Formats: sequence, structure tokens, C-alpha cells
Amino acid sequence: MNPHASGFAAYNFAYLDEQTKRMIRRAILKAIAIPGYQVPFASREMPMPYGWGTGGVQVTAAILGADDTLKVIDQGSDDTTNSVSIRKFFEKTAGVATTTRTADASIIQTRHRIPEEPLKSGQVLVYQVPIPEPLRFLEPRETETRKMHALEEYGLMHVKLYEDIAKNGRIATTYAYPVKIEGRYVMDPSPTPKFDNPKMNDSPALQLFGAGREKRIYAVPPHTEVVSLDFEDHPFEINRFEDTCALCGAEGVYLDEVILDDKGNRMFCCSDTDHCEQRREAGHSGARAGQGLEASQ
Amino acid sequence: MTTTDQPLLSVAGVTKYYGDRMGCADVSFDLWPGEVLAVVGESGSGKTTLLNCISSRLRPTRGSVHYAMRDGQSRSLFEMGEAERRFLMRTDWGFVHQNPADGLRMTVSAGANVGERLMAVGDRHYGRIRGTAIDWLGRVEIAADRIDDQPRAFSGGMRQRLQIARNLVTAPRLVFMDEPTGGLDVSVQARLLDLVRGLVSDLDLSIIVVTHDLAVARLLSHRMMVMKDGHVIETGLTDRVLDDPREPYTQLLVSSILQV
Repeated sequence: MNPHASGFAAYNFAYLDEQTKRMIRRAILKAIAIPGYQVPFASREMPMPYGWGTGGVQVTAAILGADDTLKVIDQGSDDTTNSVSIRKFFEKTAGVATTTRTADASIIQTRHRIPEEPLKSGQVLVYQVPIPEPLRFLEPRETETRKMHALEEYGLMHVKLYEDIAKNGRIATTYAYPVKIEGRYVMDPSPTPKFDNPKMNDSPALQLFGAGREKRIYAVPPHTEVVSLDFEDHPFEINRFEDTCALCGAEGVYLDEVILDDKGNRMFCCSDTDHCEQRREAGHSGARAGQGLEASQ
Repeated sequence: MTTTDQPLLSVAGVTKYYGDRMGCADVSFDLWPGEVLAVVGESGSGKTTLLNCISSRLRPTRGSVHYAMRDGQSRSLFEMGEAERRFLMRTDWGFVHQNPADGLRMTVSAGANVGERLMAVGDRHYGRIRGTAIDWLGRVEIAADRIDDQPRAFSGGMRQRLQIARNLVTAPRLVFMDEPTGGLDVSVQARLLDLVRGLVSDLDLSIIVVTHDLAVARLLSHRMMVMKDGHVIETGLTDRVLDDPREPYTQLLVSSILQV
């Protein structure tokens, strides 16, 4: 695209130059062709520090078109620093429409959560990944982990779960919970809470994972089998919450704990802010709905 | 010793050069099921090179190694695919390193160390894996209440016993040992050797043990090979070689044993 025609003379469309985007797209296509396989790519320096989503930003930049609508969430929230700054980044460099509504977005970049609202066919979920290698903490050698993936030697992954049960009496891993894709590659679903693991399975949306510092891209194409690893006598379970959302009263959603004061008061509310807002607009309310923060003091 | 008509491991003309330097040259021997073979010699004589070649950890410059698979078929190690070779190494074979830290995962518990091979071959039942681990810890004289401790909390002798349990849990038929008693004091060595001897007769194991310690060879092995400068200079039944050494170098080696 001609950068001058877009009216943003200082940047090429979506910040990255066209050659870089082509390179990233090639990596993405390969990743989609081999679900769960980590494709190396020539990750670029981005104008934000590693750990802030440089991998996800590069993937988003590569797939973004002028008529896309972008939503960015961080821990499920549309209004935290990370999501606000990435959204602004693409508003400025690509001039695309942005939204906080899950249903309206064609591309959703996320740091941890998968939105509560089921994704649709045609939507793309882009994950920011800090450590793409699920075997890393047990096997530090990259040469060895690649070989283990190639030869499907995944016994080590269960050693990690075994340790969990031996130490805690149950599988205590609550995020970055390893999954097996289409019965072949074991994949780390980034720091996504395991609550969201079942949503990855057979999702109609395309899921792309970008790790900027580690220079890896991987993907789960639509309608792909994603199975969380477990033991026969310790099956996979998602986290359960005793409370309902204090603002919208939602049950069966992922809740964040919010500390209200220094006297031990706290509340649980939806981590997916868009979902919570929509429910409140639709007339649902929780125990604390309508109360300002002052009410608790 | 079980009687079969084919050797378990058949080594023919194995030669390894590191560039121009020779590691070991033209080594041939057969290992029979249930047999313990000791490879002895001084440092730098090519023992470990030989062990690494025949355990497929190193590719020899020349020569072949054939292994009798469980179905009775004799297969050439270096013509197998890597996946198959690695599968063999973690099921039908064991490798006991001199330094237990090389053979153990030091940051996971003893139980997971023993259970790793089971999980690698597809066992997905936590209770069963743990039960087997407790059983094996018992067999190598480690108390069951240490199952959740990491090997870093273990003494040298315990680590070595744990390494042996970790290797034997899949009931391998062939175990390679590289100086298994290397870093241990003599009383611990004696107990370890006792334990290994018991396991050999219980499990009908075949072992190739590399050692510079003739006492280890005497206690453990049926047959021994003496190496010097990369060549095998003398082979024979252990008692024969130690009591009636023929080569001058072997005579020197035997007479160098300290008498207390």
C-alpha cells in the first residue's frame, strides 16, 4: 500500500514494511498448515519492550487489512495500559477501526483471555506469547526440545504434571496449561488461564500465536482438536468460582479479584470487561452494581 | 544365564577417529543375554569412546553394531531411524552415568525421575506410576518417604541408586554403565555393587560396564576386556584374566592393585 495515500506519511500501513509482513505471513501460513508447530520467524524490533506483546503485534500487523476492525484485550480487559496502547498503536499506524465489542471485531489481539462470548467463523484471535516452548522448563536445550517435538517424545510434559500432583495433590497448573493439537504437537497456549482451554477446542475462529522475543509463530486453525493433557486418575478440570460477578451477576465466567480497601474487602467481577458491560446494558446486575467504590468504605 | 542361539549385542570392527586421533580401533565382541561384560583400562584407553559407540550415543567411523530386538530380529543400530533408536534407548536399554547428575533430572522429584520412562512409553495413570516408583525405590533401598524429594537432597550413593532405578523401571534387557561407582567411597561402592549383582540375577540383565577399577570388574562381571591405547589387548573370563593375566600390560594393571 502506498503510505502517502493512507495519509500516514511517517509509517507504512500497520507500521511494518511490506517485505516484513510478507515474511510473517509466510510463517503464519506454514503455522496454519502444521497446527501447533512452532515456526521460526525473523522477529523485528517493535517500538515497545519485549513482554508487551511484540509477537502478537507483529502477527496483527501482518494480517491487518484496511477494512478490519480491531479489538485488543489484556487479561480480558479493554482498558488496561497494554490494550489501550496497542489499540492506539494500530489506530495511529494503520488507521483501522477499533472496537471493544467482541462480536464486532474481525481481529482480536489478546494477552491472556479468550472472550466469554463465543467466537465466530471469520474472526482471528491473536495471542501474545512470552514463552512458546511448553517443554522449556524441563529441557533447557532448544536442539533437544525440537527433536522431542519432531519425534513426538512428550513423556516429559507428563513429568511436569506428575510433579504438580506429587506436590499439591492435584494438577495445580492454572495457566499455560499444555495442550495437544490434533493428536500431534504439544503446544503452550501462552499464559491463558486453563479456564479458557476448552474454548480453543473446535473453535470456529482462527487462532494465531506470536512470540516476539523467542521468534516463533504457531497456529490453531478453525475446527481443530485441542486436548488438555492430564492423567486418567487426575483428569483435566477448569477453575471454578464460588462467586458470581459483583457487577453483572454472571455465573460460569472467569472472575478477577479486586481489592477494595485495606480492611480486607474485595469483590469478584468479570475479567472480560466487554462481556460484563453488555450484560449490564441488557439489565443484569450483581451484588455491587450501581455502587461506587466509596460505598465499600 | 539364559541360553539362546544368538548374541544380544554383536559388535564388529568398531573404530572411532576424532579427526586424526584414534579413539578406539577395530573392536569386535559378542554379548550374550544375561552376561555382564567389563571393559577395563586406564584413562584415555578408549573405554568410554567404545561405550558411547556401541550405545549409539556416538557414531563410529567404521564398524557395525547389531542388537537382537525383543522379537528376535537382529537389527543394525546405525541403520535404524533416530526415533526408533531413541525409543530403544528409553525402553529396552539403560545408561548409567558416572555422574548421577548427567542421568537424572535434578529438579524434579525422585518419583518423577523413576516415572519418566513410564510416562514416555504412554502410561497415563498417576496412581500406577507412583506405585511403580515406590516399588522401585524400595528395590534400590531408598525409603518410600523420600519419593517427593529432589535428587539434589540425596547423597551420592542414593543418587546413583536412583539413577539405576530410573533406568530399570521399563525392564530393559541391556544396561550400559560408565564407571558406576566412580565418585563413591568404598563402603557405598560395596553396597551398590551388591545391589547391582542382585538386580542382575533377578532381572536377567545384560550389562556392559566400563571401569578402571578392577575390583568392580571382579565382583560384577563374568567376562572382561582389557583396553590399551584404543585396542582390546586381552579378553577372557574375569577370573582367568585377573588371576592369570597374559599380556604384560594386564599383568601390570593387576599388580598395581593396592593390597591393604
